Amino acid sequence: MLRLPTFTYHRPKTAAEAVRLASEHGKEAMYVAGGTDLYPNMKRRHQVPTQVISLQDVPGLHDVEVHGSGGVRIGAMVRLTKLEHHAHLKQHYPGFAHAVREISTPLLRNMGPIGGNLLLDTRCTYYDQSHEWRESIDFCMKKDGAICWVAPGSPRCWAVQSSDTVPVLCAMEAEVELVGADGTRRIKCDELYRDDGIVYLTKRPEELLTKVFLPPPGAWKASYLKLRRRDTYDFPILGVGACLWLDGDGVVTKANVRLGGAGSYAIPATETEKLLVGNQLTDERIAAAGSAAMKPARTMDNTDLDVYWRRKVAPVYVARALAACR
Amino acid sequence: MVLDDPTTRPAPRSRARTDAPWQHDVEQDDLEHIGKPIRKVDARSKVSGLTRFADDLTLPRMLHMKLLRSTVAHAEIVHIDTRQAAALPGVKGVLTGKDLPIPFGILPVSQDEHALCPDRVRFVGDPVVAIAATEEETAWNACRLVEVEYRELRTIGGIHEAAANDEPRLHDYGVRGNIHRLENLEFGDLADGFAKADHVRQDTFFFEGNTHLPMEQHATLAHFDKDGKLTVWSSTQTPHYLHKALARTLHPLPAHHIRVIACPNGGGFGGKSDPFNHEIAAAKMSMLTGRPVKIALTREEVFWCHRGRHPVLMRAKVGVSKTGRITALDFHSYLDGGAYGSYGTASTFYTGALQTVTYAVDNYHFRGARFFTNKAPCGPKRGHGTPQPRFALEVQLDKIACDLGLDPARIRLDNLAPRDSLTANFLRIGSMGLGTCIEKVVAGSGWNTRRGKLGRQKNGRYRGLGLACSSYLSGAGLPIYWNGMPHSGVQLKLDRSGLVTAFCGSTDIGQGSDSVLGWIIGEVLGIDPLGIKVVTADTDLTPVDLGSYSSRVTVMTGNAAMQAAERARDIVADGVAAKLGVPAGRLVFAAERVFDSEDPAKGMTWQEAVCAAEAKSGTIGTVGSYSPPPSAAKFRGGGVGPSPSYSYSAAVVEVEVDAETGIYTVPKVWMAHDIGRALNAAVAMGQIEGSVYMGLGEAMMEEMAYRDRTHKGNRIFVHKIPSLLEYKSPTTLEMPEVVTYVVEDPDRNGPFGAKEVGQGPLLPMMPAVANAIFDAVGVRVDEVPVSFEKVFAALQAKQAGKEPRFGPANDATGVPAVDFGESLKIKTPWQGGDGTAWNEPKREKKAAK
Ligand SMILES: Cc1cc2nc3c(=O)[nH]c(=O)nc-3n(C[C@H](O)[C@H](O)[C@H](O)COP(=O)(O)OP(=O)(O)OC[C@H]3O[C@@H](n4cnc5c(N)ncnc54)[C@H](O)[C@@H]3O)c2cc1C
Ligand code: SF4
Repeated sequence: MLRLPTFTYHRPKTAAEAVRLASEHGKEAMYVAGGTDLYPNMKRRHQVPTQVISLQDVPGLHDVEVHGSGGVRIGAMVRLTKLEHHAHLKQHYPGFAHAVREISTPLLRNMGPIGGNLLLDTRCTYYDQSHEWRESIDFCMKKDGAICWVAPGSPRCWAVQSSDTVPVLCAMEAEVELVGADGTRRIKCDELYRDDGIVYLTKRPEELLTKVFLPPPGAWKASYLKLRRRDTYDFPILGVGACLWLDGDGVVTKANVRLGGAGSYAIPATETEKLLVGNQLTDERIAAAGSAAMKPARTMDNTDLDVYWRRKVAPVYVARALAACR
Repeated sequence: MVLDDPTTRPAPRSRARTDAPWQHDVEQDDLEHIGKPIRKVDARSKVSGLTRFADDLTLPRMLHMKLLRSTVAHAEIVHIDTRQAAALPGVKGVLTGKDLPIPFGILPVSQDEHALCPDRVRFVGDPVVAIAATEEETAWNACRLVEVEYRELRTIGGIHEAAANDEPRLHDYGVRGNIHRLENLEFGDLADGFAKADHVRQDTFFFEGNTHLPMEQHATLAHFDKDGKLTVWSSTQTPHYLHKALARTLHPLPAHHIRVIACPNGGGFGGKSDPFNHEIAAAKMSMLTGRPVKIALTREEVFWCHRGRHPVLMRAKVGVSKTGRITALDFHSYLDGGAYGSYGTASTFYTGALQTVTYAVDNYHFRGARFFTNKAPCGPKRGHGTPQPRFALEVQLDKIACDLGLDPARIRLDNLAPRDSLTANFLRIGSMGLGTCIEKVVAGSGWNTRRGKLGRQKNGRYRGLGLACSSYLSGAGLPIYWNGMPHSGVQLKLDRSGLVTAFCGSTDIGQGSDSVLGWIIGEVLGIDPLGIKVVTADTDLTPVDLGSYSSRVTVMTGNAAMQAAERARDIVADGVAAKLGVPAGRLVFAAERVFDSEDPAKGMTWQEAVCAAEAKSGTIGTVGSYSPPPSAAKFRGGGVGPSPSYSYSAAVVEVEVDAETGIYTVPKVWMAHDIGRALNAAVAMGQIEGSVYMGLGEAMMEEMAYRDRTHKGNRIFVHKIPSLLEYKSPTTLEMPEVVTYVVEDPDRNGPFGAKEVGQGPLLPMMPAVANAIFDAVGVRVDEVPVSFEKVFAALQAKQAGKEPRFGPANDATGVPAVDFGESLKIKTPWQGGDGTAWNEPKREKKAAK
């Protein structure tokens, strides 16, 4: 059996205590929410905190609050299952609710909260392997090694952003609240991530993600479309998050398109966005916008399925995600 | 089911005498339990989680063992330093190859494995050191402290590489270089057969390897006690073969001091049919430490155990008449065997043996080559060696039907192998219900009106139908090691309480073999099957059964159980006859009573009957055993293929293809399976649906893919994705609606006419999916798995005006150049052949290695 390594388990009763514990133990510490990402990683020995800080008992993280404006504040510890079935979210944020439903299986969604999902480790088929397997390739730079197997000449890691909600939340311009040792800050979702497979967050390690803010519903529409081999269980190998602002004539006034599973962060498809703004969503326009999407993408051979195929079908998926915003 | 009123029972049933158990003459419609949907004898403990699998067992003072495995694909072991590991607190025992020097292997001709590699590792995952400690984590940590120095050897990465590189040899036995086996068998007159053909096609196919993926990861608990007796509990399908391997490798421990208990298997599918290194190492470790030792493998290690589907390259040339009748078949297969022999010799023959059992092939040439490569060893997986050629031939037949403008169902019906016949390669076919199977799925799927006409749907996707067929064995006609003893034995003990206990070496791997024993014995003795105690798979207590592989248990154990039960019935009948004063021949056994057929009120309960018999004859125990009928094939290699009977299957698969991406789904499957007779239709259907599921996984996505990289001059060659998440296998969402037809064409060699269930119906899935894709979007994928990217590539080729096909090069470059030497030439039965090869050199007895 694959065993967890030995660790100390903390259950702080306040956010401040959690942050204090994390600061105190530094590199040795990690937060755990649902544990569906961290514990498998610990079993494979690529995340090896000796101090695990549970957020289970921290108050104020477990609720969904709907504001008068219709905007929503989601506590970091709200389980995905609750979001998936939340009436207000289903009605006013169908793209986001759909992205939540696309995450793995009902069992995982029962365990995993939104905070953990936003902070999910980046993934790579050379990295998400047991210690023994990684030893047989002599490890890689994301953990214990020197080389990147995906791009051996590269000085950086290309591990893949793999959360399903991140592309659509970034496209929607959702925000998150972080509580650290020096106080609280609120940033745009886009700003939470970095283009690096190893240090993939701008968040400091001891900073606690407490809340996610969804902008009030308005003249925009968001969608999420996921490419994967099986309709359950599998991580995205492409996750298209699109959010389009439309005027009364159906002309796109603003477009945010993010590509998940195509690089180390949710990559903005800037060409696609440009092709959309100022135009109506005709079939031709959508097809053209889809075709332009993959230019900034960094699809590499480190997920499921053939890399060539993934590049070829991506435009089709982007176009379909855009069509869903009509 | 129990009849309410025994007085309505008809006249006594005549059952065959026990000296020829394969010639039953049962009145099929007059059965009390057989054919009824009775629950499995172990069903309730299974579904309520009470079944104790090997990993559920613990013993006082038990140690946990871990294996340190090779991190390189091919190397000599220069030096192993275990001193630091041994010194870690909690570590109680360390073993290396030196401690277990005797090689083993499932087949006598390939004793090429060691429990721990002594001087050479042959794939990433080969075990090198075993460490036992008080905690599993300690054992794992200790493994990290072992230093192994390797001298790397060139890696042999696949079929073409193995054929091109004789050096370094993985093993110093085999044909030559890295060729493990070469077979070359020619039946009939090929030149004449092809001369008679109006149309000849030659195609090349590739079937990638895949694995069993049982939910239960292998686990073993071994205990060498203070009296010098060794007990090994293990998740094994073949306790008898494990017993033999332990006796061999633990020499001089006497065989009768070793007890193997096969725990219920949480799925096997062939993946637990070999004796494994971890089982032997755990036993040795217990002998070393004097404490019970358990090892529970990780999922990754299950991938290293493997023994799954061989990757096979195939080149098939077939000749047909204008009407599509096969006149000749020339078939080549090239198997990637992985690092060890395992069942590979048999697997190689199986890629050729059953070609003639599905359709009549009058002239047949088979050439097969198996190679050693630096991958986890391949072996038997559900269908053992036969799904790969089935894929090739069923797709090829579809192409021929297309070439000639014939209906793919018709061309198959016109080529059926005849029932009660000898094939070109001397396999004896008995009952044969393939025609009925085809008719069922054709009718059910609306084949005649829907095939080729489904086309584009409202959702923009394309639908299509594909058909394919198969046959499969009901157990191998010959045992794995040569001996003249029965293949299966059953002992019955009748108790004064009325309890009947059946002892048998067979192993329930979830397929229901324990229940089969209960149903058959219950039927013969007229008692409730769920009241019978079944004790199985314990080498101390139960007579030998060769194991749960090759679909042999229902037919072989079933016949043995029948014989034992009939003998018990005779003894009980004697006692009752004496007590009631009626002739034994007039007694009926039914509804838990024994009574006079001419005066049903005159009788006694089953319990009273057992007591009467014990009073008359003394303690009651009987035995039954079974050996398959002798084979007609007498040429070298003829030992693989014969079986008491053959099952048949036909499938129609419906697919829906997204032509923009190549992504497709399988919404519906129609599967018909001729199983001779359903001993329990509900359980049989479960097996059939399981086959559909497993076949769907092979068809759509499963593959043992390898990472092949070079780094600082060293080649890295390791399984790409040995995890349950990333080795893709279908989930409930991919599972289609399945319409199952249980076709019953009773066979004289089976208990109550039963044949094999549940391996055969896996086979047609892969070709039927490929054929359905063709029907939907007009492209051919000549490779398994038929994954999305391959469909897409073929669609792109079509768009570009190229051949709308994805697959290995369809010319001489597609397969390696191998000199197969001179063929063994065998005259077919209709050429007056007697089952021997007319040019066979005198056989020398080769000493087993
Ligand atoms: C088999 C399998 C399939 C999966 N498939 C998918 C999928 O398809 N799509 C997908 O998006 N995800 C998938 N996941 C990943 C995972 O289940 C979800 O993303 C889940 O939401 C993660 O949340 P968690 O709380 O369980 O994670 P955890 O393991 O508890 O946390 C994940 C990371 O976030 C940190 N963290 C968690 N909460 C906070 C916080 N409030 N503040 C600061 N740091 C925090 C942890 O330290 C850790 O590094 C899958 C996981 C598995 C095991
Ligand atoms: S992208 Fe490269 S460095 Fe990053 S995890 Fe994969 S192999 Fe390692």
